[in-house]
Parts: sequence; structure tokens; C-alpha cells
Amino acid sequence: MTVVLGFIAAMIAAGLWWLSRQGIFEKPWLETGESPRAPGPAAAPSGVGLGTFLVVVGGLFALMGSALVMRMGPGDWMALRLPGLAWGALAPLALASAALEIAARAERRGEARLRGAALGLGALATAAFLAAQLSVWRDLAATGPLAERLGASFFLLIGGLHALHLAGGLVALARAALRPAGARLCALYWHALGALWLVMLALLGGAAAGIAAFCRAVLT
Amino acid sequence: MVNIDEGAHAPPPAEVEDLPPPHATGWWSRWVFSQDAKYIAIQYAGTALAIGFVALVLSWLIRMQLGFPGVFDFISAEAYYQFITMHGMIMVVYLLTAVFLGGFGNYLIPLMVGARDMVFPFVNMLSFWVYLLAVLVLAASFFVPGGPTGAGWTLYPPQAILSGTPGGTSWGILLMLVSLILFIIGFTMGGLNYAVTVLQARTRGMTLMRMPLTVWGIFTATVMALLAFPALFVACVMMLFDRLLGTSFFMPTLVEMGEQLSYGGGSPIVFQHLFWFFGHPEVYIVALPAFGIVSDLIAVHARKAIFGYRMMVWAIVIIGALSFIVWAHHMYVSGMHPWFGFFFATTTLIIAVPTAIKVYNWVLTLWRGDIHLSLPMLFALGFVVTFVNGGLTGLFLGNVVVDVPLSDTMFVVAHFHMVMGVAPILVIYGAIYHWFPLASGRMLNETMGRIHFWVTFLGAYLIFFPMHYVGLTGVPRRYPDISASFVPDSVMTLNAFISAMALIVGAAQVLFLFNLFWSALRGERAQPNPWRAASLEWQTPDMPPHHGNWGAALPVVHRWAYDYGVPGAGADYLAQTDPSRRHGEDIA
Repeated sequence: MTVVLGFIAAMIAAGLWWLSRQGIFEKPWLETGESPRAPGPAAAPSGVGLGTFLVVVGGLFALMGSALVMRMGPGDWMALRLPGLAWGALAPLALASAALEIAARAERRGEARLRGAALGLGALATAAFLAAQLSVWRDLAATGPLAERLGASFFLLIGGLHALHLAGGLVALARAALRPAGARLCALYWHALGALWLVMLALLGGAAAGIAAFCRAVLT
Repeated sequence: MVNIDEGAHAPPPAEVEDLPPPHATGWWSRWVFSQDAKYIAIQYAGTALAIGFVALVLSWLIRMQLGFPGVFDFISAEAYYQFITMHGMIMVVYLLTAVFLGGFGNYLIPLMVGARDMVFPFVNMLSFWVYLLAVLVLAASFFVPGGPTGAGWTLYPPQAILSGTPGGTSWGILLMLVSLILFIIGFTMGGLNYAVTVLQARTRGMTLMRMPLTVWGIFTATVMALLAFPALFVACVMMLFDRLLGTSFFMPTLVEMGEQLSYGGGSPIVFQHLFWFFGHPEVYIVALPAFGIVSDLIAVHARKAIFGYRMMVWAIVIIGALSFIVWAHHMYVSGMHPWFGFFFATTTLIIAVPTAIKVYNWVLTLWRGDIHLSLPMLFALGFVVTFVNGGLTGLFLGNVVVDVPLSDTMFVVAHFHMVMGVAPILVIYGAIYHWFPLASGRMLNETMGRIHFWVTFLGAYLIFFPMHYVGLTGVPRRYPDISASFVPDSVMTLNAFISAMALIVGAAQVLFLFNLFWSALRGERAQPNPWRAASLEWQTPDMPPHHGNWGAALPVVHRWAYDYGVPGAGADYLAQTDPSRRHGEDIA
């Protein structure tokens, strides 16, 4: 559980740091009046909501990373030889992220046409990424029984859940396209999911073996 | 003493813009597809109580079998396994979690922090509907071929998806896993609302350290659940893959009924880690809201400020953080390295420190308080006693050398029923008796309530105290019939007594349900703020609060929620909206 413990520790540390700035050492029984603390700069609830959701998504993928590292015993584990398309699919994912960043900046400047075009490009690039992932899954599933191929099983599991999150993001993106705001949140979501997939791909592609070896060395 | 509003200064802006919530225009949008957190709370609580009643009936059937084995032909061994599995899962996830977070969270958070509603009302509505779908999928498993899963509420592989387990290779386990996945999706939608509403929608003057402990408990539990439930989600998805796609995440090489299965190399221990990484925080996801609620009940009904408010807040946060590094104390007998056992035993004992601080503070709040033995107070006192009892046996089981011989005995069953079953359910009841007037405008019937309390409280002890002794004799859990084993007759007599008590305590819950409906329709009309509580939810212009909670303008908070017995004040409490200063300086 090393991966998820690291993630949780980071979240708890961030939470405690935030709490320490919220006056948790005050003595409320002594303080009366409208507000002993001036409220901080108002943040939009939607932004805080997205941030909180990304923490949950981060935890989800950290848990799958932990399961991968734990499952990589000396027994049946064989490093997954990722097909070239799995790496190639990173290009449309990066393109989607860049397009949405452009859309967010265009939204801030009030350039509606550029914003709309960039959102459309982001959606298309995301669809291309999902299609590439689907092709990789079909190849992996056709190679043989999954029971004997742990790496492929994890690729299906982690890649599948990642794709579902992106597909859900497409719904939000469509909603943003119909409204004058929301591109910044979409861009943040895509950046985060892109970064997550890079980490997961690195784990699936062999980095997990190093983590597992490190854990074994520590424990023994 | 600090008087913040001395001198002239412009009032600080509210942290969020005061926007009217979506308007409920008709019966459907108000009662069915409601986006109002108060109605969603009632929908959550009603659904949870309904499925909880199913779990109650299952507990009767379980006890009938254990107390009188062989008498009831319709309870086969397979059916018994199904009963205990569904009873456990329903109670822990679909009742306790849903009532505390979906029910009390939805009702109380906006009212207690001075918001008009949750920050994402549409998502909040979806949260309930996905939860309802999860409950329906779970309940459907009673009616499919093979029936529900009988894998035990922990769903340990490999047995959970093998043919020897009821529902293992049919629909039962599939529906359970899908239902849990749906529940977690639904909860995540709700949880985002609860957390962001506390962070972003507090009214002017409502700083974090002025929030009632109920909100602190629910908020911290929500954050924990958002981090812990994904572990169960991952475990369920991986088991679904093993069951449907033939992967071997959890399934080792094995032979079933003389036939070599296609699985190979999987690790059941990985599932246990994932399950308990959710499972132990889940104990506190249920307990922290209970801690918060009981703190408020004790303060209001003892007419005294909560003792050590800051310490109570810090304890809630520390317990929440520590609960993520104790999970493997549920796995002492899984063959873990002794150093791990030592580590997890140590963290388990450390978490008892902030928990004990809370117990001391409840007792010190009661000390020399003006204690009113009202129904909410009775249930709160019942909780404190029961939680201490259940917690003490937890110290036994947290130690490896004591846990190993007691593992998987009825002692463990008695322990977790006391600390995680009876104790939080007493808080749920106390909270319902306390806030029912706010939600309905009527009081719950006092006589029925007192009968309900005493039968439930004393009956629970008559059930679970003897069960510890049954466990100490070595009686294992999950065995439908132990009458023909090493167990002496006296234990069987005790088992029969426990079963009779369980039936009586169950009947008292039916009385509570009757009281709920009867009082909602014919109960005595409640006065505004009948408990003379200082917290914000009782200061609404209408009772029950109307849509939007606060009328024309949001309230402004001037003090914390525990100003009881303030010297010089005319009343024995000062509401959070009261602008008076302390020590009678400006009190009208």
C-alpha cells in the first residue's frame, strides 16, 4: 500500500497545513462579533469542487497503483510489453490538453470563436485517444487468457477507468461548449487526467517493478 | 475576552454570493426530483431506514437459527450465510453511512453553516437517485436465481466467487459488487457537496471554529470517505474483472470440485488490504458524525458549553488522519510479518488517545451541568456508555497476542456490534428525537420514545454482553449450528436467551417506526426552538424551514454554538445570531 499511503500522507499534510491557516488555535468561547477572521478571497465552489474531485480520482488511481505494486510478486509477474500504440496515444491526449488550455485562455480574453474551436479540437483529440486505447485493449485481450497475463489485466483495469473518467469529462466539455464559462475547469481536469495517465503508464511499463523491489528491500 | 465588533468597520463580505436556490415549483420537483437538501435528506433517511428494516428482519432470522438450531427448516446453512452477509453489508454501508452522511449531512450542513442549500443541488439530487438505484440492485439479489451472495460482509476472495459459496457463481455476488460500485459513485456526488458546502458556503461570521461539532464530524467523515471509499471501489471492480473477464487479481491457482480452474497467481491478501483500507476508516466515517452529534446533544440538553471545544475539533481531525494507518489490525491472522503486527497494534492504541479525550470531554461537559433527561439526552448518555464498553474490548482486539485466539469468534461479533452497531444507532435515534421537531414541526411521542429507549438500551446489553462470554468459550462466528460441537449446553442456553432478547429489541424498533409516522401526522405541535438550542439551524424564520432556509437575508453569526449559561444574559443561552457581547456588557 506504499503508493496510496504516500498519496494519503500528502493529502493529510496539505489538509493540516490548510487547517493551520484557518484559525484552529482560536478560542471561540472568548470571541464575539461578526467575524473574528476576515474571509479569504472567494473561490468559486465549482473550482473547489473540481479540486476535491481530482483528489478523489488521485486516490483511486493511487490505490490501483498500490494494488499493482502489491500484486507484482516474484511469481507470475511478467513486465508488460506495451504496444507502440499505447505510447502513441499520448500524442492526442497531450493535444487535447493543449487545446483546452488555449480554450481557457481564449475564454479569459473573451475570444468566443477561438474558444469554441479549441474546445472542439480538444473533444476530437480526446476521442482519438479513446479510440487508440480501445484498439490497444482489443490487441491485449486477443493475445491470450487474461488469467495468465497480469500486466495486460492491469492495463485493462487502469486504462478502462481512466477512459471512463475522460468520457465523463467529455460530457462536462459539451456542457461548457454550450455556455460562456467552464473551459478553465475542463482544462484543469484534462491536465490532471493526462498527468495521471503518464504516471500510470510509467508504472505499467516497468516503474512499478522498481517500487516493488524497493518495498521488498525495505521489508526484508 | 475579545470583542471583535468594537469600533466601526464595514462588515466583511459573505464568502459566497447570496443566490436563491432552484425553486421547487410542484409536487414532483419538491418531493421526488427535489434539489432541496432537506428533502433529499428525508429521501436518504427514509430509504436507509427501509433497507435497514430488511437488515433488522435478517438479524431476527440469524438469531432464530443460532438460538434454536434445527427448529426452523427454512433456514438452511446457505440461507444463513446469505442472511449474515446481507445484514452486515446493509447495516454498515447502506444504513449507517447513508443516514449519517446522506441524511444528517444533507439536512444539517446547510442549516448549521447558514447556507441556503448545498452548493451543487443538481448533483446532490443525482447522489440520492444513484443511492436508491444501489439499494434496489442490492435488494434485487433476494429475487434472482441462487439468491444473494453468502460470502460474508467482507466478501473475501477466493470463496466469494466460487461455486461453494451461495451466489458465488450466479447473480448474487455480481449484484452486490455492482450495488457497492453504484453506492460509491452516489456517495462521491453527495460527498463533494457536503465538503464544498462547508468550505465555501458558510454564512458571514461562521468561521470554522464557530461550527458546531456536528458539522465538524460530518465534514471530516466526508473527507475520509472520499479518500477511503475508492479502495472498496477498486476492490469491487477488480473482483468483477476476476469473476467476469477471468483475470487473476485476487484468485490464486486452485482446484474446485476436482477441477483445475483457469485462475492462477492471484493474491487474496491484496483484496484484504484494499477492503480494510476502506473498512477501518469506515468505522470512523460512521463514528465521527456520531461523535459530533452527541457532543451537540449533550451540550444542549445539559445547558452547558461543550468542554474543550478546540480539543474536540483537533481530536476529530487527528482520529480521521490516524484511521488510515490502522487497517491491518483486521488482518493479524493473515500471516503478516510480526513487525507489521507490532506497528498496527501501536497505531491502534494511539488512536485510542484522541478518542478517550472526547469521552472525557463529554463527561466533563455533563459535570455540574443542568442535565435534562430528555429523550435525546438519554440516547446520548446511552451512546457514551456503550461506546466506552465497545471501545474497551477494542483495546483487547487491537493487541496481536489477544486478537489471535479471539479472531473470528463471537467475541469479535459482540465487540463490533457494541462499538459500531449499537453505539452509532443510539446516536441516530437521539438525533432523530432532537431534530424531528425541526424537520416536521411536531414532537415525537414521549412515552413511546422512553419505552423505545429503555428496551433498546437495556436489551442491547442483554444481547451483546453475554455474547462476549459466548465468544470467550471459543464459539466461532459464521457457523449456523454449533449445537453438536464442543460447546457446553450452558452456552446454547445463553444463545437462546440472546435470541429472545434480539427479538424483543427488534420489536422496539417497530415501535419507533410507528412513533415516527404517528407523530409526523398527529404529534404535538412543536414550539419554535423547543430545546432552546444556540446553534444556527434552530434560528430559521420558519419551522420547518422553508425552501432557501433563511427568508430574505442570510443570517449573520456573532458567536460559537455553545453559549449556554452566559453570566448576565437574560436567557440561559445566546443564539449564534445574537449580537450581544459577553459578560452582559451590551445585553439588552
